[in-house]
Amino acid sequence: MSNGVAHPAVRRLPARGLTGVLGRQWPWLLSLAVALIVPWLSYNWVTGRHSGFIVSMLSQMGIMIVFALSFNMQMGQTGLLSFGHAVFLGLGGYVTAHTLNAIKGGSLWLPLEITPVVGGLGGLAFAIFFGYFATKQRATAFAMITLGIGELVTAAAIMFQTFFGGEGGVSTNRMIGRSLFGLSYASPIQVYYLIVVWTAIAAALMLLLTRTPLGRMANACRDNFERAQFVGYDPRMVRFLQFSLSGFFAGIAGALYTLTYEIVTYDTVGGAMSANALLMTYIGGVGAFAGPVVGAVLIVLLQSWVSVLSNSWLVYAGVLFILMVTFAPGGLAGLVLMHQPIWRAGRLRRLVGPYGRLLVPGLAVAIGFVLVIELCSFLTIGAAQGKTLVLAGIAVNPRQSAPWIVAALLLGGGGLWLRHEMRRFALVWTEVAEEIKALGARA
Amino acid sequence: MSQVDRAPALRLTDVRKSFGPTAVIMGVSLDVARGSRHAIIGPNGAGKTTLFNLISGRFPVSSGTIGLNGQRIDGLAPHEINRRGLSRSFQVTSIFARMTVFENIRCGLLWAQGYRYSFWHLLGGERALNDAAARLLADVNLESRRDVPAGLLSYAEQRALEIGITIAGGADTILLDEPTAGMSRSETDHAVALIRRVTAGKTLVMVEHDMSVVFDLADVVTVLVYGQIIASGPPSEIRASRAVQEAYLGAEGA
Repeated sequence: MSNGVAHPAVRRLPARGLTGVLGRQWPWLLSLAVALIVPWLSYNWVTGRHSGFIVSMLSQMGIMIVFALSFNMQMGQTGLLSFGHAVFLGLGGYVTAHTLNAIKGGSLWLPLEITPVVGGLGGLAFAIFFGYFATKQRATAFAMITLGIGELVTAAAIMFQTFFGGEGGVSTNRMIGRSLFGLSYASPIQVYYLIVVWTAIAAALMLLLTRTPLGRMANACRDNFERAQFVGYDPRMVRFLQFSLSGFFAGIAGALYTLTYEIVTYDTVGGAMSANALLMTYIGGVGAFAGPVVGAVLIVLLQSWVSVLSNSWLVYAGVLFILMVTFAPGGLAGLVLMHQPIWRAGRLRRLVGPYGRLLVPGLAVAIGFVLVIELCSFLTIGAAQGKTLVLAGIAVNPRQSAPWIVAALLLGGGGLWLRHEMRRFALVWTEVAEEIKALGARA
Repeated sequence: MSQVDRAPALRLTDVRKSFGPTAVIMGVSLDVARGSRHAIIGPNGAGKTTLFNLISGRFPVSSGTIGLNGQRIDGLAPHEINRRGLSRSFQVTSIFARMTVFENIRCGLLWAQGYRYSFWHLLGGERALNDAAARLLADVNLESRRDVPAGLLSYAEQRALEIGITIAGGADTILLDEPTAGMSRSETDHAVALIRRVTAGKTLVMVEHDMSVVFDLADVVTVLVYGQIIASGPPSEIRASRAVQEAYLGAEGA
């Protein structure tokens, strides 16, 4: 195939060793450091306790990061849209709960730190079984099959009492007294650090998987399954293996879920949980490996913090999802990647002004929108709960017309202004993009 | 020499294909000798691309047999036929658009180099594989575009990349479907030189509309009209054949 001419290496090999790893993987190491430090920022030194709210939120982030990353092994990397990914999280969780109970009962010996592997194997086994059917198809047919599998398993979870425990679910106790490090796992902070370790392991493994022949051929089948066939690969086999491995990691997430909450119910396999994976992955970005991590952190933040402030957090999550899919199909990671060539060309400063001008009308629209949603919500749900709407320290009566007029002005006026600024922004953006293209052509 | 060694690279025996009531290929028998460069020409709708789709396993044959190096391949899946040493390109450019040029070529190499579905090899550390991919990249003159997403290449570059992916696996029988379609004169000349270079020593079968390419590159020309072969022979013979001129070449063949 070669005409026998020797070619010099075109590219320098990437730096090896510790400095190379530090240089290339610093965002991951930084995230890990943040994950380790944050619980101590809310530590109460007087009582010697961590904030339960913060630790619980961080634990959930870890679980959801693994879950969303495993979802993206199918969605972003293989081009498989699944509506039933929670099945493998939930089933991994059930398997872990039964395993913990078996260890507690003395019929099994296993340290608690290793139980996520059991959850993963549970997820893997079910993914092999369901994947055998689902991966016979791709695209829309695949999506429909996974929707069916999700409904099937949810129904089964209510019907089959012995394994799923019916509507009450399966309760367990993580204090099984078996630990590699002599830890009791009585306090949530210990479980949190176990989650950090497993999240790091799972994320690292999933990242490495993208650099293997299977990972690359998954991308190839996503881009062009027919071409993949004509380079010797069976796209179905690629889909099946990728689906199964993705089930393994979802199972690990399920195990971490069980260790955190000590109960698994049928909603862990349900449609809402599957939609959560989709939401996190899309908002974070399907095109970049780190996208789902960003999405998971953001959605859990919304879920934990905004849900305390407002009844309508799901509306905000939904609107965010629609906005992202419409205006930034690459998600937040895609938005960042779009700026990379501009940053490299040293032109990012040109965009600071235009972005600044978007900020004011953007905020006006956002505030107007939140006001409308909250007014509506307080007319109905809030009134039923007997709450009063307090915005920026002022009690607002949703039955008066003034707050509605303010909201309408913010939404309407801000909207028109925003549209104007967006057009100007688009002009600057195109100009900068053209300049960079010209630079690239000259190089 | 054994039976298999003497077999032609490709042997089609009374191959037929119908889509519902429409017969597209009506009894094609054809031998393609090893190491030859074989062009298939014919008017639009003659069934040239369908014939390629049958040989490469994209569609199943309705009847008849297809042999590759003496082994029957009709009824096999495309990836199985590819693993037996037959590779093809498409009429409409078919590449992995969101992956880089280098990744495209490397994907073409993976199966042939024995990686199968491995999820335990890290590609970055596979020196022999990466060197082979770099050599191939140079062969198709795309070294300078190494890290560009394939979808952003120019049309001619994409066609060159597709030829690179097609030959990457080391298949000894190569099917090219209109490799120079839509190219300018100079781009065509480059493509012909590239094809000649990278398919040296291999069996090449190509569908081509550009007669100058056909008569320049091919040792044997087969004329397909309405799903049947009306003539097959060396280019000079085909050029001289009255039947071919009447059926297809018209004024162009004079």
